[in-house]
Amino acid sequence: MSDHDKIYSTQLQDKTERSTLLMFVLTAIAVAIGGIVEIVPLFYLPNTAMCQNDPTCNNTQHKDLNGNVIPMDKIIWNPATSASKTLNDWQPGDGVRPYKTLELAGRNVYIREGCFLCHSQMIRPFRDEKDRYGHYSIAEESMYDHTYQWGSKRTGPDLARLAGKYSDEWHRRHLMYPRDVVPESVMPNYFWLADKKVDVAETVETMKVLTIMPFNPVPKTIYTDEYIAGAAAELEGKTDMDALIAYLQGLGNHVKFEEGVNYRD
Amino acid sequence: MEANQATPVKYDMEVVRWFTIAAAIYACVGTLIGVWVASELAWPFLNFDIAEITFGRLRPLHTNAVIFAFGGCALMATGFYIVQRTGATKLWSNGLAWATFIGWNLIIVSAVITLPLGWTSGKEYAELEWPIDIAIAVVWLMYGFNYIMTIGIRKTSHIYVSNWFTMGMIVMITYLHVVNSMAIPVSMTNSFSIYSGVQDAMIQWWWGHNAVGFYLTGGFLAIMYYFVPKQAGRPVFSYRLSVLHFWALTFGYVWLGAHHLQYTALPDWTGSLGAAVSLAMIIPSWGGAMNGMMTLSGAWDRLRTDYILRFLVVALAFYAMSTFEGPVMSIKTVNALSHYTDWTVGHVHSGALGWMAMVAYGAMYHMIKKLWGVEKMYSEGLVNVHFWLATIGTVVYVVAMWVSGIMQGLMWRDYDEYGTLTYTFVESVSAMHPYYAMRAIGGLIFNIGTWIALYNIVMTVRTASSARSASAVPANA
Repeated sequence: MSDHDKIYSTQLQDKTERSTLLMFVLTAIAVAIGGIVEIVPLFYLPNTAMCQNDPTCNNTQHKDLNGNVIPMDKIIWNPATSASKTLNDWQPGDGVRPYKTLELAGRNVYIREGCFLCHSQMIRPFRDEKDRYGHYSIAEESMYDHTYQWGSKRTGPDLARLAGKYSDEWHRRHLMYPRDVVPESVMPNYFWLADKKVDVAETVETMKVLTIMPFNPVPKTIYTDEYIAGAAAELEGKTDMDALIAYLQGLGNHVKFEEGVNYRD
Repeated sequence: MEANQATPVKYDMEVVRWFTIAAAIYACVGTLIGVWVASELAWPFLNFDIAEITFGRLRPLHTNAVIFAFGGCALMATGFYIVQRTGATKLWSNGLAWATFIGWNLIIVSAVITLPLGWTSGKEYAELEWPIDIAIAVVWLMYGFNYIMTIGIRKTSHIYVSNWFTMGMIVMITYLHVVNSMAIPVSMTNSFSIYSGVQDAMIQWWWGHNAVGFYLTGGFLAIMYYFVPKQAGRPVFSYRLSVLHFWALTFGYVWLGAHHLQYTALPDWTGSLGAAVSLAMIIPSWGGAMNGMMTLSGAWDRLRTDYILRFLVVALAFYAMSTFEGPVMSIKTVNALSHYTDWTVGHVHSGALGWMAMVAYGAMYHMIKKLWGVEKMYSEGLVNVHFWLATIGTVVYVVAMWVSGIMQGLMWRDYDEYGTLTYTFVESVSAMHPYYAMRAIGGLIFNIGTWIALYNIVMTVRTASSARSASAVPANA
């Protein structure tokens, strides 16, 4: 049965099949290419919100209806040029900003409880999504989201523009016992979040870590030493429930969108 | 496919036995957790107001248990089995294989403990926190190094096709795991990805889809290419088709991840490129499925009596179906409807239950007979019962998700004659209830099958062990 010397394919294929090393090397090259082509450009092309040390975000140019380029500091909050100088002064519409202390603690709760498994935070540019959720999401809005939260499934509704849609009290009741407010809901009860004190040390450490990220770190001019030092006092007496509500109430109101402007390319 | 063996090789099969049994156990547990989380969506009181078992914490445990515990043990069992038999050699290091077994199982135990506690990195299918991620990298490299070295010391001239696929999986999963898990810790139990937003999303789905492409597809194609010909007693239909299948998938699958991010803030070209290559992947995928199917030509009658072959053939049918459905779902106009809905969940399960689990069980039944040296399973009838439960369970599950997914998509975009949205979101939630119940039942049917398989396997092993105890010669060193 020794037909092992006959070549049934090409010489290269035959040679590869005879050599562990060659098979390994060719495979290692073949599987690398697609990822490189699709991922690497996202770090230097415009419209990907890669903005570290570069206020133009790789020359991203959103143009208003008159064809004029919208300055990036209208999209991404820059305390140096904005009238609002600190995170606490920031107003909705001032531009994309990092999370405030309590929101950040709430975001940790959001991730811990796996909320992203049922709720997306990424609105697509469709008529029905605009009517249901609001303006489509843009890259800049999640630039500070280390471990992005776009999600992949809507067992519950999208939350990208939840800010201000409901009162804090509505959120509290809904999170505690969802079916008290929305009888058809299938969300678990989260009343126990109201009994759990915020993890202060973890939140402070999270702020520090976010300032040293290699890609899109939070500028130290925003998470100043002073701001981080004040975090513990800010979180004093707060529960996971307070934090989560603060996070939800800050989702999606950062950018003031103009009707008809293309914010994606 | 095996070399002319003048001197019989004594293989290292004890570790394969353990991996096989572990896979059979994890299949029961993993799908049971799946039934539970599916039921939580149909009947939310099942969350029982216990934080550790809420849907958000238990769902990652389900996915990790079926993918990495069941899938991983099945892959390692079959991998170590195939690489020895096709190379007519023992493992390069039996000790390293045992270390892999222990390490992999410790990782699984740590997942069972940490995920319900809410220690998660928040990345789908890569939820485990950084200390466990490091352990995964170490154990995976131990497995990969041992595997490739065993290919290196083979006695045969050519490397068998199964081993190409496994090698592709080993390399790609290493890339994916290392790049996607890059994070800065804030504590032992929490960390944050070094990437954010668009880049993090793309890297996550590059991981997500290729965990499917190289682990759940490539790794299981290695199983297919060995066990289908073995069980059918016929050579692979076309060698050239397998060459095409391998290189096209290895080069092409990597590009597909971006199709998970159509219409998001990811630049349009990336998602479109992912979708274009996805469509192209129909050709090699169907080539591979046909290659497996046609291997049976001339042996189709055996499906009447050979229950193991039934698993393998139905697995191939689901493979063909899923690899057609996936590209269709990546087309932008379809994706606009299907994304964010249960259709995706159904697609994943037609792959995971119909393809991956079926082919794995076919291989496991085949191996168990060889590994314990028995002619028949304890009950061949129960193999058939398991086959039908698995098939019916999968179909019920997938059909439920097709209906609910398409219904969700249509309800969300529906407008009434006044130009306003016809349905509130929660109306779509309540409309899903019957399908969520049906899905839980489909999953339960499948899960019952896994318990029957476990019983059958345990009884086979016990019977074989007691029969052998008289003339006991340890099967391995």
